[in-house]
Amino acid sequence: MPRRKKRTEIFALGNEAVAEGALLAGCTFYGGYPITPSTEVMEIMANRLPKTEGGVFIQLEDEIASMGAVIGASLAGRKAMTATSGPGFSLMQENLGYAIMAETPMVLVNVMRGGPSTGLPTCPAQGDVQQARWGTHGDHPIIVLSASNVQECLDMTITAFNMAEKYRTPVILLLDEVTSHTREKIELPNPGEFEVFSRTVPSMPPEWYKPYEETVRGVPPMPPVGSGYRFHVTGLTHDRNGFPTQRPEEVVELMDRIHRKIDQFFYDIQLVEEIQTEDAEICVIAYGCVARSAELAVHQARQNGVKAGLLKLKTLFPYPRRHTEKVLAHAKTLIVPEMNMGQMSREVKRVTMGNAAVRTINRVDGQIVTPSEILKVIMQG
Amino acid sequence: MSKITGNEIIHQYLRHNKKFPHVLCAGCGHGIVLGTLIRSIHSLGIPKDDVVVVAGIGCSGRLAVYVDFNTVHTTHGRALTFATGIKMANPKLNVIALMGDGDALSIGGNHLIHAARRNIGVTALVLNNNIYGMTGGQSSPATPEGSVTMTNPYGQLDRSFDTVELAKGAGANYVARGTVFHVNRLEKIMTEAIGRPGFSLVEAITPCHTQFGRKNKYKSSVDMYKWLKSTAMSVDRYNELPEEKRGDRLPIGVFVDRDRPGFEEVYYAMQADFLKPTVKGGK
Ligand SMILES: Cc1ncc(C[n+]2csc(CCOP(=O)(O)OP(=O)(O)O)c2C)c(N)n1
Ligand code: SF4
Repeated sequence: MPRRKKRTEIFALGNEAVAEGALLAGCTFYGGYPITPSTEVMEIMANRLPKTEGGVFIQLEDEIASMGAVIGASLAGRKAMTATSGPGFSLMQENLGYAIMAETPMVLVNVMRGGPSTGLPTCPAQGDVQQARWGTHGDHPIIVLSASNVQECLDMTITAFNMAEKYRTPVILLLDEVTSHTREKIELPNPGEFEVFSRTVPSMPPEWYKPYEETVRGVPPMPPVGSGYRFHVTGLTHDRNGFPTQRPEEVVELMDRIHRKIDQFFYDIQLVEEIQTEDAEICVIAYGCVARSAELAVHQARQNGVKAGLLKLKTLFPYPRRHTEKVLAHAKTLIVPEMNMGQMSREVKRVTMGNAAVRTINRVDGQIVTPSEILKVIMQG
Repeated sequence: MSKITGNEIIHQYLRHNKKFPHVLCAGCGHGIVLGTLIRSIHSLGIPKDDVVVVAGIGCSGRLAVYVDFNTVHTTHGRALTFATGIKMANPKLNVIALMGDGDALSIGGNHLIHAARRNIGVTALVLNNNIYGMTGGQSSPATPEGSVTMTNPYGQLDRSFDTVELAKGAGANYVARGTVFHVNRLEKIMTEAIGRPGFSLVEAITPCHTQFGRKNKYKSSVDMYKWLKSTAMSVDRYNELPEEKRGDRLPIGVFVDRDRPGFEEVYYAMQADFLKPTVKGGK
């Protein structure tokens, strides 16, 4: 058996791991505007990209411009990303909708901080969960990923790029300040050890190409602007040729397709980690730094003879419904601790449909939810 | 061999598979600007595949759909940001940002300033009709003081914005203004603008008879073209006029013409330095 090449180990911040992950995934374009607690991602990209073949780093005048530039770069064939935090994320929402409508791959990292408004700039929070789901206007599918430790920051960034390219859609990586600013030892995967997916480009001659044609996966191939396939890209509802339309049957066809191309691939998209869930009578559902507190609480509960488990969400949206349903086979109580007023517990309740009690633990004071807080609620049953 | 007419040139660049008729009102100047753009690109001999027209939102923004280039119809005010990303990603492309006055000066004002300051190699075409056309005739930053609009029924109180002065101040490489009445001159400056490195801006004054003219003493689109004819004068002559005689005459022509390299050129030159193979050992 060939010996696996030893992986390089580094000691990194969550935000550094995001930048490393992006580079490993093939990101060659970063456009952004600084904001705490996401700034290190930008600073590392500012350092690395100019020294990478063809790599472009550009600091824009604001977050609206950042999103515009990233979308433009992606249209021109680049794997592109930006990183921001709450106030910047709000500014990006209109163009995020554009990227969804024009089916433009890109990765948007939002390191959450306390809000609303400028709120608690340097304090951790998880207040942008529903903004990530519904922040832009209109009905749309979205992929939102998360990470709860530094290694996952790297892995999930690679996953985010892969999904963006595979499904021709923006992917949001939603992190929190604790995860982004934790420094841990991580392993850099060697090339070839992980999947790197790049968008499918058309193989037919340009005259045959229809930019928004139906395909088996629902994802049309996407040529870079300037490669000989001339077509129209718009945020308006468009027909298969990319031209604006208001004909009901064409509108419905487009909307159905952009939803379907994400919804039907739940096995690929909806990622979770199941920790002692097989026989759990009480199951904690958590994400981000809170999932770490929850994991410790679950171990402690087990030591006390309570059958507790943790469903750690790595994908927040589309909400991992099937994994939750599996847990519901034996869990009577679900506990959802979050650093917000209950943004994810809504999803859990929606999916549970009254089949289990859903208990929430919420903190909005800029402090993390501790293991003992979660353990206390587990022990109450 | 018969001579190719202007129309024949234009037909080569229109999307015949797009459902015409177009959305513009009869008499709108926007179509004339698009015609000059097509002829400029044609005369420069740039292949269609190398042209990207990035448009904002408004009547002006809709123009992109009709031309057979790579076209991107973006969000209101943001055309230059998308254009910046495209140009940085692939500097070989000729990127043209097509914007209304509301688009470029109001919601997109900050992007215009910074695109000019950064000197990104994009040609910005500002179609100034002094009004918000598509939304039905509200004031724009370019609405002249005193004019009546849907949102200024008692007359525009604040002063009108000068696109050329803004672009000059912000550091654009090439700045010019023309009108759709002076078509040949407009075509000439547009051709120059596209050919220049760095950020160039052409302001095209184009009448919106439907939303602006009717409310402001111009009974028909013809009246508006007559107004363009009588107010516009070449910038050289304008500069010679004594201050008190200038009134509301509109200087047209070239205001700035430099050839500083575009941001993308400077950036990639820096990168080439980094990536230079280091000579090991020598002989
Ligand atoms: C964020 C946002 N705000 C407002 C609008 C509505 N809107 C559409 S077109 C337009 C103004 C267009 O005026 P201008 O840019 O001058 O172009 P014109 O139609 O006159 O060519 C506005 C305000 C929008 N589409 N998006
Ligand atoms: S509303 Fe004005 S700018 Fe719009 S198409 Fe009509 S004349 Fe042209």
